[in-house]
Amino acid sequence: MPETQRLIEKPSKQKKIIQCYHCGESCDSSIEADGHFFCCDGCSFVYNLLKENGLCNYYDLSTTPGIKVKGKYNSDKFSFLDTPEAQQKLITFKDEKQSQVSFYLPQVHCASCIWLLENLHSIQTGISFSKINFQRKEIFIAFDHNQTPLRKVVELLAFIGYEPYISLNDSEEKKTKKVNRKHLYKIGVAGFCFSNIMMLSFPEYFSSGKIDEYTLKHLFSYINLLLALPIFFYSASEFFVSAYKGLQQKWLNIDAPIALSILMAFSRSVYEVLSQTGPGYFDSMAGIVFFMLIGRWFQNKTYDSFSFDRDYKSYFPLGITKVEEGVEVPSTISSLKKNDHIIVRHQEMIPADSVLIDGEASIDYSFVSGENTPVLKRKGELIYAGAKQLGGKIELMVIKTVNQSYITQLWNNNDFYGDQKNKDKSFIHPWSRYFTIVLFSLAAFAGIYWAFVNPKNILSAVSSALIVACPCSLLLSSTFTFGNMLRYFGKNKLYLKNASVIEALSRVNTIVFDKTGTLTYTSNASVDYCGVPLTRQERSYIYALAKDSAHPLSRLVKEHLLRIHTIIPFRVKDFRELPGKGTEGTIDNKKVKVGSCLFITGFNDSKTNSAEVWVAIDNDVKGFYRIHNLYREGVKEMAAKLETKNYQLHILSGDNDSERKRLQTYFPLAPLMFNQSPQDKLEYIKELKENSARRVLMLGDGLNDAGALRQSDVGIAVSENTSQFTPASDGILDSHNVNKLDAFLSYARAGKNVTLASWIISILYNFVGLSFALSANLSPMVAAILMPISSITIVTFVTIATGIAAKQRGL
Amino acid sequence: MSVLIVLVIVSVIVAGCFLAAFIWSVRKGQYDDDYAPSVRILFDDTVSTEDKNPN
Repeated sequence: MPETQRLIEKPSKQKKIIQCYHCGESCDSSIEADGHFFCCDGCSFVYNLLKENGLCNYYDLSTTPGIKVKGKYNSDKFSFLDTPEAQQKLITFKDEKQSQVSFYLPQVHCASCIWLLENLHSIQTGISFSKINFQRKEIFIAFDHNQTPLRKVVELLAFIGYEPYISLNDSEEKKTKKVNRKHLYKIGVAGFCFSNIMMLSFPEYFSSGKIDEYTLKHLFSYINLLLALPIFFYSASEFFVSAYKGLQQKWLNIDAPIALSILMAFSRSVYEVLSQTGPGYFDSMAGIVFFMLIGRWFQNKTYDSFSFDRDYKSYFPLGITKVEEGVEVPSTISSLKKNDHIIVRHQEMIPADSVLIDGEASIDYSFVSGENTPVLKRKGELIYAGAKQLGGKIELMVIKTVNQSYITQLWNNNDFYGDQKNKDKSFIHPWSRYFTIVLFSLAAFAGIYWAFVNPKNILSAVSSALIVACPCSLLLSSTFTFGNMLRYFGKNKLYLKNASVIEALSRVNTIVFDKTGTLTYTSNASVDYCGVPLTRQERSYIYALAKDSAHPLSRLVKEHLLRIHTIIPFRVKDFRELPGKGTEGTIDNKKVKVGSCLFITGFNDSKTNSAEVWVAIDNDVKGFYRIHNLYREGVKEMAAKLETKNYQLHILSGDNDSERKRLQTYFPLAPLMFNQSPQDKLEYIKELKENSARRVLMLGDGLNDAGALRQSDVGIAVSENTSQFTPASDGILDSHNVNKLDAFLSYARAGKNVTLASWIISILYNFVGLSFALSANLSPMVAAILMPISSITIVTFVTIATGIAAKQRGL
Repeated sequence: MSVLIVLVIVSVIVAGCFLAAFIWSVRKGQYDDDYAPSVRILFDDTVSTEDKNPN
């Protein structure tokens, strides 16, 4: 045993780190081509392929645009794409000469990506056309399946780093996302009708209602009537539908007074035109509908490339290799039955709860439990679905179907689908109800008043009151406030599902954090070395060995060595990776081993719970690297700020409690819970909500938090890289900005004040309008001027106010 | 003044053409992606195929 004397390693001064020309990862200078350095063979292969095909422009459009191809390329991974079953599910169109297919490519991130992917045809003959939709990160490919099979197309994409995400979900529903277009049509039609009605109403205004030529006057009115029809029956239909649905449930929502106002304006105008008593209020009505549709569009413009409703199906691959009578057959997951034998390779996911039959399984459960150190499994042991295999190929026997496996059970739990969260809880609805009640009583009061004074005016006063006091400016104020706030949140990389999440955020009083991945870095850790001092050469041996290993701890050690020391590149001979144990190889005629304590020293001595990587050179145990979670920058300050603002904080972790002491210094008041299973987390949140009546915000990252995210009032998925997959949630937050959480929450609260202030402004406008209406003096011109002005004032006000509020909070 | 009637009808028809153009462009998917086309237009369209050496 080495003396475990601690050595403090000082970073050498201002070390210049070489970056991979392809993917930008820091690397040594061992792999070189044309004066560029590469971090791994994968990157340099891609570079060479692009160079051969004259596609080096890829590197000129943006620097280091490439995506590192993770792990070793597995030639059998896509074999299931040769099955007609899988092809039929994926290919959208097929004739004798051509097939068409669309894939989701989460890696697409820059102009270079678009350029390369749209030039696929020059790399692979047979591909005739490819086009990227950047918003949705989708690629559309047309190819000749006689020349190039589907599998080859997918393999090419995977090779150059853009592995398509083919999941079980894709195969089950081929939903086309064209819902948004309908809204655009409505806006287009409303805009067309509104502008023309406006134009035809001008003569009426300028002559103050006295146009001498009767034919012209009537022509204008009748054209207006015609133009108002599409607005009333097509563009405004959603307000009527929504109001009707609300009334059916005996619920007066904000669309009810709007629908009433549109209905009143339309019917009174039709009456006036047909009876030739006046020009009607078509212009105001068209304006209301047009502005409100724009407001809704502004608010609902969300993030197409994110999916907030993933269930386990999006995580699971589509294809799997089955063993039937000793032969490996590619197959699809949906055809998997109990007692089937399957093959799972390095980095592949186990799709159903199974028993290990053959091979050495090193199982990464980080997806399921959050624990990120792989566990070794022996033959006959049970492995849960959602786990990933690291290392060699294993054979498993399925004991439960995909739908009934442990992790998927979470989704079958009824709580999970619960009623749609936060629906109808918005403060806009109760406010608009008061508004409607006040409006009706005012109209009734005016009606009674005129019944005594001058009965001729009853109809005119009541109907114009209902027209002018449209709560449209109220609706506009909330839609534009929240729409704008969504954009500010998005600018700070918090992508919310919709506007109602902002309101829910403003009501939160309890925050629950997941530890691993949320508060700590996933790809970065603090590493320190204990043992006999190493020479530069020895460190380079360890680096060379760690570089080729797929194990997450090896990667951390590699990163650490590269960051702190100067490395001499070495080639490793006889490289072997033993799953769950470590790696060994011969470098410079010395046998180097890196791995677990048991593997290196022969006995298990680890007293602490922290992760350790032991090192031996020529069977001489040198020491070990101890790896600690590294907390994200600013987490401590954020926790302190949140606690002073009276938020209750909780920590739930799937890991063991080795970090308890350190974590408690960060969160002095928070209860810390360790060894929490996904189900425990879900129950914990439920408990908080039901028994303590807390309104809970949950931040988590993995599939293991999915249940808790769903159960909480607001669930935010934290992601190191927003192109990665995140569990179903109400929002996705870039992990670099976790420390801005307090600013986000306070901004959400400010949003309510902005809405309130803009409501007061719109109420003032309503007073002016109503005073005209109740005195039975509302001319169409006054209405047509008042409405746009009030809308414009409100939109300007909320835009400025939300901007100032964001700036104050450093967002 | 009756010429106004003709003019009004013509102007509404012209505006109708623009509406039709808008609907056509939405249907063609021109509003689906507002980033890729802005980049695509700057690419040089010829990927030099001569570089493809068969040896």
